[in-house]
Amino acid sequence: MTATNRPASRLRAEGLTLSYDQRTVATELTVDIPDHSFTVIIGPNACGKSTLLTALARMLKPRAGQVYLDGAAIASYRSREVARRLGLLPQTSTAPGGITVGDLVARGRYPHQGILKQWSAEDENAVVDAMRQTGVLELADRPVDDLSGGQRQRVWLSMVLAQQTSILLLDEPTTYLDIAHQVEVLDLCAELHAHKGHTVVAVLHDLNQACRYATHLIVMRPGGVIAAEGDPRTVMTAELVEDVFGLPCRIIPDPETGTPLMVPAAPRWYAPAEATSEATSEATTGDTDTGDVPADGADHDPAMAKTS
Amino acid sequence: MTAVREAKASAPDPAPGKPPGSAAAPGRPRVISGRVVRTRSGGLSLRVQGRTVAVTTALVVALVAVAGVTLTTGDFDLSVGEVLKALTGEGSGIADFVVNTLRMPRLVTALCVGAALAVSGAILQSITGNPLGSPDIIGFTNGSAVGALVVIVVLHGSMTQIALGALVGGLATALAVHLLMLGRGIQGFRLVVVGIGVSSLLLAVNSYLITRATFQEALEAQAWLIGSLGNRLWTHAQAIGIAVAVLLPLAFLLSRRLSMVEMGDTTAMALGVDVSRTRTTLLVISVALAAFATAVTGPIWFIALAAPQVARRITGSSGPALLPSALMGAVMLALSDLAVQRLFAPALLPVGTATGCVGGLYLIWLLVTESRKSRA
Repeated sequence: MTATNRPASRLRAEGLTLSYDQRTVATELTVDIPDHSFTVIIGPNACGKSTLLTALARMLKPRAGQVYLDGAAIASYRSREVARRLGLLPQTSTAPGGITVGDLVARGRYPHQGILKQWSAEDENAVVDAMRQTGVLELADRPVDDLSGGQRQRVWLSMVLAQQTSILLLDEPTTYLDIAHQVEVLDLCAELHAHKGHTVVAVLHDLNQACRYATHLIVMRPGGVIAAEGDPRTVMTAELVEDVFGLPCRIIPDPETGTPLMVPAAPRWYAPAEATSEATSEATTGDTDTGDVPADGADHDPAMAKTS
Repeated sequence: MTAVREAKASAPDPAPGKPPGSAAAPGRPRVISGRVVRTRSGGLSLRVQGRTVAVTTALVVALVAVAGVTLTTGDFDLSVGEVLKALTGEGSGIADFVVNTLRMPRLVTALCVGAALAVSGAILQSITGNPLGSPDIIGFTNGSAVGALVVIVVLHGSMTQIALGALVGGLATALAVHLLMLGRGIQGFRLVVVGIGVSSLLLAVNSYLITRATFQEALEAQAWLIGSLGNRLWTHAQAIGIAVAVLLPLAFLLSRRLSMVEMGDTTAMALGVDVSRTRTTLLVISVALAAFATAVTGPIWFIALAAPQVARRITGSSGPALLPSALMGAVMLALSDLAVQRLFAPALLPVGTATGCVGGLYLIWLLVTESRKSRA
């Protein structure tokens, strides 16, 4: 616990300077991950969002500053102890050749095992639960090499879930996935957050997905500076997006959830008559938008049913 | 098949979504391969892969068979009983001499050197994630050769000094390769490429040393350069035996971690593995094993390259399979030595020629299949 009376969050960073070799990605970065939140970090390419995530998971040693986990400097923990409290899904991992899905997910139990305790009943339960949650239980005997990209991502995710940590850090968990699988993975994360009270931190690229799922949004600008953070409904503004991403846009309420929906401004080549015309044309575009939505919703409903 | 899977998936789940209880429900689907051996209290639980156990047993049987043939046959045939008597110190004068002075030290050296090379290669291949990551390919063996040649040609040292020179040469080469990585850590492909470069440089140094040598020295050097198990005494067997007895158990202890590191640094670290320490420790073990082995017999090619891969393939293991590798290496080298002794008798062919021939063919096959894989 820190000196302040306000209970500090389990995971926070103070005054981080992060760099790879000579390239400094961020200086004086202070972040607080609210407990039990679904925090999403967004920002343009190379702004240091993944770097921040790796530093939070003590994969990258900060040049200066400190990451705190449960009140103590994360560097003071044994590696195994951190892995029992905090799980990370990296951007890329290599599955050992020929390994089966079940065996790979089972490796998530490593921090809970020892040389004489290689497979306890708890291990078994955790792995089965994790695989059931991500819907890969029936793939248990299949070699990981044979799976599609979407299936593989779910397998990696269940490996992290099998770790049974109450803090989950996910580095671009939706990359390589088609839209249905993206929604599926994000729904799963939202479920872990909502039903189990897990703290989930994810780096995402899609602003609309970020706004839809995040309870806490962190917007970073190049140089590892936090431009804004808080509830996406208050944080997400057209000015912010233009300022951080250099993209003129409009923010409208998501017709499905009411969360902010970012629509990029019409490009210059777009028929100028319509682009500059009055409200009528805007209303029609709005109409077609809402017209699309039911199909969209129908699309991802079965996906939700599958994960739950 | 689908019906079975669904039945498995819908097996009773005692506590969905809650932290799992201490006892596993009997209807739980089996998700991992192999068998689990667990004590009632759960204090001890082991995962056993049936196929690995079978392969290991078969290798032990093969090892005993090769040892039996090696000890009983030759210029002076002995019965199994005579050999056993000699081994327990009750043999007749001739049997005692043949077994304990001629055949046993050579056999023990072969088994230990084979195991050492195989485990050295298994570790390097695992760390680099590359089948070419083997001490003979990435220069450690040539480094040992330089060390030995310097002792032979420049210092005119004894056998023991030559072995020491080889040891120092191997370790120094590993250090040089490490420094050439320019502090960027131990990355698979880079290590292999830098190692191959260093290896060719050292080969040039070897050639230079031989051109500088007198005729006698050059002969001695050349004899050493083709790895041989001929005239190995108990001192050789003891040296490599101690190295193996210390280093192999250490490597086995770390093998679980090693299989985690194969998933990539970030993933392994996220799962609580101290990656850089694991890798450095194992690299030192690997280098030391290769250096000791080469110091005792001279460079023996192919074992470190092939034994681990063959072992991994036949066990179907998803990890580095160190114990089967060690046994595979021991059997391969003992068998090669038996072959050159018996098939080409009375010519005194060094074992290095046999492993070199087979190894060359194996390397061609490996490169062809690997390049096909990378093109696919």
